Amino acid sequence: MHKLISFFLLSMMLLAPVSLSAADVTKEQIKGLDEQVQDIKKDVIDLTAELLQLEEKLLYPSNSQFALFVSLADPENIRLDAIQIKLENKVLAYHLYTYRELEAMQKGGVQKIYTGNIKTGEHKLIISYTAKVAGGGEVKRSASYTMKKGVGPKFVEIKIGGPDAGEQGLAFKDW
Amino acid sequence: MFRITSFLFIFLQVFNALAENTIDKAPELKDIFYGESLFYAFQDKHFDAISKLDAELGQFYALDNPSLDPFNQNLNHAEFSVGSFELAYRMHQRAGRAIKAIMESSLNQKIRNEAAYRLAKIYYRKNSPGNALDILDNIQGEMAEDLRVDEIYLRAQVYISTGKFTEAIQLLKSIEKEEKYKGFVLYNLGIAHIQNDEEEKAIAALSEMGKMDSDDRGVLALKDKANLSLANRMLEKGSPELAKQYFSRVRLNGPFADRALLGMGWVNVSLGNFKKALVPWRILEKREITNESVQESMLAVPYAYGQLNYYGQAALSYGKAMDNFGSEIDRLQASIKSVREGKFLNVVLDKKAERDKNWLHNLRDLEETPETRYIMSLMASNDFQQSLQNYRDLAELRARLTYWLASLEVYVELIELRRQYYEPLLPIIEKQFKVLDARIRVRMSQRDRLDQRLKSMVIARRPDYLATAQERGIQDRLAKIDLYLSNNPKQYTAEIRQRIKRLKGVLHWQITNAYHERLTHAYKEMQTLDIYIEKLNTAYQSFVRTRQAATQSYEGYDIPIRQLKTKIQARLVKVNGVMARQGRLIEAMAVNELERRRNQLEEYQIKARFALAESYDRATKKQQKKEEEKILKQAEQERLLKEAEAQKTGDVESENIDDTVPVEEGTENSVQEAQQ
Repeated sequence: MHKLISFFLLSMMLLAPVSLSAADVTKEQIKGLDEQVQDIKKDVIDLTAELLQLEEKLLYPSNSQFALFVSLADPENIRLDAIQIKLENKVLAYHLYTYRELEAMQKGGVQKIYTGNIKTGEHKLIISYTAKVAGGGEVKRSASYTMKKGVGPKFVEIKIGGPDAGEQGLAFKDW
Repeated sequence: MFRITSFLFIFLQVFNALAENTIDKAPELKDIFYGESLFYAFQDKHFDAISKLDAELGQFYALDNPSLDPFNQNLNHAEFSVGSFELAYRMHQRAGRAIKAIMESSLNQKIRNEAAYRLAKIYYRKNSPGNALDILDNIQGEMAEDLRVDEIYLRAQVYISTGKFTEAIQLLKSIEKEEKYKGFVLYNLGIAHIQNDEEEKAIAALSEMGKMDSDDRGVLALKDKANLSLANRMLEKGSPELAKQYFSRVRLNGPFADRALLGMGWVNVSLGNFKKALVPWRILEKREITNESVQESMLAVPYAYGQLNYYGQAALSYGKAMDNFGSEIDRLQASIKSVREGKFLNVVLDKKAERDKNWLHNLRDLEETPETRYIMSLMASNDFQQSLQNYRDLAELRARLTYWLASLEVYVELIELRRQYYEPLLPIIEKQFKVLDARIRVRMSQRDRLDQRLKSMVIARRPDYLATAQERGIQDRLAKIDLYLSNNPKQYTAEIRQRIKRLKGVLHWQITNAYHERLTHAYKEMQTLDIYIEKLNTAYQSFVRTRQAATQSYEGYDIPIRQLKTKIQARLVKVNGVMARQGRLIEAMAVNELERRRNQLEEYQIKARFALAESYDRATKKQQKKEEEKILKQAEQERLLKEAEAQKTGDVESENIDDTVPVEEGTENSVQEAQQ
């Protein structure tokens, strides 16, 4: 009987999270490959930076570049469902939020919702959104903003909720 | 002692892997692009987060005076963030270098301490506790309040790994009441005591851990683990009663329930109570068949029946176990084949997994991957998880590079279209621009002259500069009259002289008297003119930029695009090569594990076969004995009957007494069934 219990204890050892089979492939092999993977990641990240620069220069030259960002200024009390952005009364962007995107915005992340090109001068943006607010109600709100595009790139942040928001719960910041 | 120590230590390492600290909330944003990279990082899209933040940091450091840029206020956080994202993306080498740079900078001591803490953590995670300790020794003064407990906890872990158990115990005791590491501190305290040869204290700590109340799944799992480890230790020490107590604390629906049920059975066996041993084992027997404990219980159940002399039932259970082992061996064989054919790796790269945070855990529920249930313990190991993640990361890199390669092809076409559009247009526009440019220059120089004059009039009065056109005409006419009269002096009478003088006086009076008003007006006019000039300048600049942008939209891309294409292709070759090697490694690990399980089942099958034969023997012997007893009994009855008949000389019918135990009747049937 003692033998059987010893067998049980031994089998319990074998059930430990680190498998013996994994050890058959040597640690050196795993480590060596991991280092190679890290090197490739670094290479591809650096290359991506070059490619992004080229893409920006080619598609969004600085004199006409225009980007819109969305952030949540009051993440505790609002749960954004969808947003629509119109420029000169034409739909520029429409977005339905996933749980992970919302979570990221609630933690302070800022979503770049649109990048494009625009002429210099004044332009009218109309922002509409639907959201659930604290207490369970659903709200649909809309506000407009006139922005002035100069000769350089233009970045506008649309902040939803927060102390600076107007009646429609929206505030705008030119970066 | 060694067994339990190593058992516990394994879990300590696993816990470390889970307890990685990452940026969990954005600071007050001073740079919108930093916020964008956090948006990606919070969704675990670390590649995007790193490349965007890297680009932002690169642009920042390229500025002439970076300290004036608002991003400067987020710089420390951003540097940490990039290190943290790299850690989360399993780029420890690069993350380590970035954080070390901060540590060695002249920044605030608290920031350098934080960097030291994070770097030490990287070293500890990479199994270099010696280096981690050296780094921790660089911490001077106070830590930031939110990292104080983390630093103590890490230091204690490093002390355990470097053999400084007494110091580790002291540190762990100092944070025993902290909510953040509730449970984990006690567990590690137990480990430190074990390592320090203080078994009683270790058992006390683990025992306290084993009774802890918590809603946290991690703590509950750790609690189960502590109870299981203690129970095994007690069983090993020959204290089954105590072992029973610890086993009974393990939750029936937790990750360690199967092992606890198996252990509970063995505790009862060691107490000589085979009937009680059957209770947990019968429960376990009905659970997931791929589980090692369940498979072991298939041998344990008939073993207990055998000990209870239910040989028929034992033989039946051994037979059933052999059937199960046989079909599982076939399944394992098929799984090994499937892994070798690359099906497992295909599932790892399944699109569904991209949207699933728990993709690794959920693999076991996929119908197309029966093998994953057999490699769950392997999948729980850091090495295997790291290899799988690396494989997925490489696949993602490959997809990105392929996308960029296709995009570059499109860009080449786009550039060509732009060239075709702009090249014929630009010379015409350029010609028109030159004409306009000359006119603009003339007007600008006129404006500058006027401006100069107005400025000089502030210093020296020049009313004549502000004379109107009519007044200038009168002045010219008077000058002509003067000239005429000087050539014809006869006509130059005193009266005429007087009139001319008066006219000149009136004109002078008029010009001089209106000077201030005219000067003010001139200034206002100049301001109005400047508004137009500014508009002209804006239009001019805009035109220059547009013309430049038009030219730049198709010129100067050929060489960079060609170079980038070459780089992408080179990286693709590299990625494909490493990915193939990584895939082979994963398959080898999986196949090794599947083969180990298959060998184990084959061993179980042999044991079951021998035990089955033994059970048949015993059952048959028991049956024979029973038959013999029955025959003897019948003979005895017949003898008694005959004696009675002889005595009474009368015929009396005898009663048939059947004292067969119902279980054994059933057993006989079962044995027959089993034989069939």
